[in-house]
Amino acid sequence: MSNNSAASSIVVAQKAVKQLRLEASVRRIKVSQAAAELKTFCLQNAHKDPLLTGVPSSDNPFRPPKSCVLL
Amino acid sequence: FPKQTFSLCCKPFRCRSLPARRKYMRSPLVPEMATQEVQLNETLSHLKTESDTLKTKLEEERAKLHDVELHQVAEKVDGLGQFVMKTRRTLKGHGNKVLCMDWCKDKRRIVSSSQDGKVIVWDAFTTNKEHAVTMPCTWVMACAYAPSGCAVACGGLDNKCSVYPLSLDKNENLAAKKKSVAMHTNYLSACSFTNSDMQILTSSGDGTCALWDVESGQLLQSFHGHAADVLCLDLAPSETGNTFVSGGCDKKANVWDMRSGQCIQSFETHESDINSVRYYPSGDAFASGSDDATCRLYDLRADREVAIYSKESIIFGVSSVDFSLSGRLLFGGYNDYTINVWDVLKGTRVSILFGHENRVSTLRVSPDGTAFCSGSWDHTLRTWA
Repeated sequence: MSNNSAASSIVVAQKAVKQLRLEASVRRIKVSQAAAELKTFCLQNAHKDPLLTGVPSSDNPFRPPKSCVLL
Repeated sequence: FPKQTFSLCCKPFRCRSLPARRKYMRSPLVPEMATQEVQLNETLSHLKTESDTLKTKLEEERAKLHDVELHQVAEKVDGLGQFVMKTRRTLKGHGNKVLCMDWCKDKRRIVSSSQDGKVIVWDAFTTNKEHAVTMPCTWVMACAYAPSGCAVACGGLDNKCSVYPLSLDKNENLAAKKKSVAMHTNYLSACSFTNSDMQILTSSGDGTCALWDVESGQLLQSFHGHAADVLCLDLAPSETGNTFVSGGCDKKANVWDMRSGQCIQSFETHESDINSVRYYPSGDAFASGSDDATCRLYDLRADREVAIYSKESIIFGVSSVDFSLSGRLLFGGYNDYTINVWDVLKGTRVSILFGHENRVSTLRVSPDGTAFCSGSWDHTLRTWA
């Protein structure tokens, strides 16, 4: 019984080591390159982003169209 | 599932991680067992050393490529101007805290769920309620709209995820057609349909995520690796392949391969529970929101955190995050009742939105990016544009 709990701890530890080996072997690129690509994506898609550019009230179903108030 | 015991209670109140494994310390009864025991202990300590060495190596490898900060790369980018975003609709009808919401692909319908067990489908343009279902449990923490728009999935303290087909006949009793799909051993924290109505991905307080076939209720794949409740998940945009990210009470965000069940990347820089994760629109990065009052951006190809969105004045946890369509804006719903809008590239806050009268618990940008909707413990949902 006492050996069983050690054995199961070993299984858990082996899994953890295997997982870490997998994560350590991931291919990585430099942050400068990754960041540049994130920036490019943002800028290329900025014009298509209604919350960023603002969409005229008449086109946005959520914004009430401006109307004249007759006093 | 292998049976696992977690001494956790439901996240809405508190969350604890697994109890530390007790050290093995018992005197052996037989001499042979003594030598075996010594050998096992040696193996265990070798493994522990190897584990520590690998962790250090992982950090070193990541650090080698950390040559610049995101906001430095974005220095020359034009700053964003003043944002005028206001509440355009307020959806009233829930009798208690709104816990979750999701948009329909038609960009106008919304499903929301609340603490009192009610799940409501709204037309967000007109604010009319189209369907309402009462679940047999309280704290419906997760809800999702099917891609076809013909069904919704929800669950919470019942430990299940159920799918309700939406009928065109408003008088029909939706509860009659309910289908139980997922079964966990603790509360359901999040659910999402994959690209079709046929599969659902769930995350649970039992520490696992799982992929289910809706028709048969069969478990297709389970995902083990979190050491505590899993609180949130998000599927990668369809173009980038079969992965999803999950966040949990163990402060980790894990990226999973849906086919193999393998955890392919793991990030642990938050200082508290991760309440929300959301992919960047290109699929190359994801954002997270945590009880440590910060949002963070992790790049998957650089395999590290690349930005932190925080201010000293912000001390309350983030419950929910989402990106605008281009990924330039990050919206965060906070426990101090506000919504903060961040410039993702520059790392600065561009706007703070007031309106809710209690914690913001859920926040999603509409599929076409024209508005976003927030749900709150003040029983209402608001659409902002």
